[in-house]
Amino acid sequence: MKELKIQPIKNGTVIDHITPGCSFKVLNILKIPENVGDSIISAVMNLESKSGKKDIVKIENRELKASEVDKIALIAPNATINIIRNYEVAEKHRVVVPDEIVGIVKCANPNCISNSKEPIKPRFVVKSREPLRIKCFYCERELEDISSGMMW
Amino acid sequence: MNFKDRDIVSIKNLTEDEILHILDVAEGMIPVAQGKKESDLLKGKIMASLFFEPSTRTRLSFEAAMKRLGGDVIGFARPGATSLQKGESLADTIRTAESYCDVIVMRHPQEGSARMAAKFASVPIINGGDGAGHHPTQCLLDLFTIRKEKRNIGKIKVALLGDLKYGRTVHSLAYALALFKAEMVFIAPEQLQMPPEVVEECRGMGANISFETDLENAICNADVLYVTRIQKERFPDPEEYNKVVGIYKIDNKMLENAKDNMIVMHPLPRIYEIDPEVDGTKYASYFRQAFNGVPVRMALISLVLGGIK
Repeated sequence: MKELKIQPIKNGTVIDHITPGCSFKVLNILKIPENVGDSIISAVMNLESKSGKKDIVKIENRELKASEVDKIALIAPNATINIIRNYEVAEKHRVVVPDEIVGIVKCANPNCISNSKEPIKPRFVVKSREPLRIKCFYCERELEDISSGMMW
Repeated sequence: MNFKDRDIVSIKNLTEDEILHILDVAEGMIPVAQGKKESDLLKGKIMASLFFEPSTRTRLSFEAAMKRLGGDVIGFARPGATSLQKGESLADTIRTAESYCDVIVMRHPQEGSARMAAKFASVPIINGGDGAGHHPTQCLLDLFTIRKEKRNIGKIKVALLGDLKYGRTVHSLAYALALFKAEMVFIAPEQLQMPPEVVEECRGMGANISFETDLENAICNADVLYVTRIQKERFPDPEEYNKVVGIYKIDNKMLENAKDNMIVMHPLPRIYEIDPEVDGTKYASYFRQAFNGVPVRMALISLVLGGIK
């Protein structure tokens, strides 16, 4: 019998195909461990799969909000979100990076108008999807490290 | 081609044909810009000139442009005299100013400010410089000067010298020259060299770009030498600054082997980078370039206000 590195969950969410090494950032987005409640969380890093290495995160008794999925898309653009109900995959979808990213990441340029007290939300446009490159709508500077700009 | 009510935030918002059209309209504005001919093309129109940062040429030439066309100007040259001092946001300042005018020209120290202003204003916004970001009207007047003095923009070799990293004018100019397929040579101290993303973008547009460390060699092959100011504050060590400033100074000796019809341009203000002895030579084009700001800005204001199509 194949040994499972990670136990199946009864109810909750499995985030699969996370970019290797990014599972901690995904946990950060989900505010884990602060926001754990009664969930059991498992994270596996650097797992071998058909499509290469990947990370997986399993969260029991929690289904993700759309805003959380949008953030995960920026960190792990190839991730899939599996909603598990009674040990079955009830829903499965890939994260989608939108054409415009509003109010999720901050511009790294301290002199960008979006970092001042103006009534605007940080806004980015996608420059390329593979690899994911985004640039500020206002100052046009590319955000080199997307996770560092994340508004956790 | 429709310019009416358009915001002019970045040179990248304009196509090659649109740029050429602006330059053609500007050409026709020269007699009015020189005061040889009167015009009331923009009579009854008001331009708000909002300068949150110091400026000599951009502000004066915009205001002269509007007045030469019979229009009026309101505004300020220092934010100290406005409610920004009381903590008012730029967005609110723009929403207030737009209700008093037909077009807004603004300079602001933060990147992206003009783009944000364009979101809030229903009147056209013309960017007069947003921090280290864009300065599209400087770029247009540079192109106007090159075309006027070299007869074309594309089939020439332009050497860009000085602070290519932080200088906002050279990034826009490099993009525009790439659009017109001009050949470019970049000459700068290592720490002030053109940012790789600008080089990558221009090369992606098919531009022929090279880097040169020997300034005299670059000068003797160039049709245009575009000089920018090396900013002292970019150097942590004053010694390093002094070394660089000495090497990159243009004087008559430096120009001995230049092509006969080569021109030296500079967006001004210059500090040490061009010796005043160059001013009297046939190469010096920078004061003509500064004048060209008036017809080019006249053209742009007329186009966005619909005074001219």
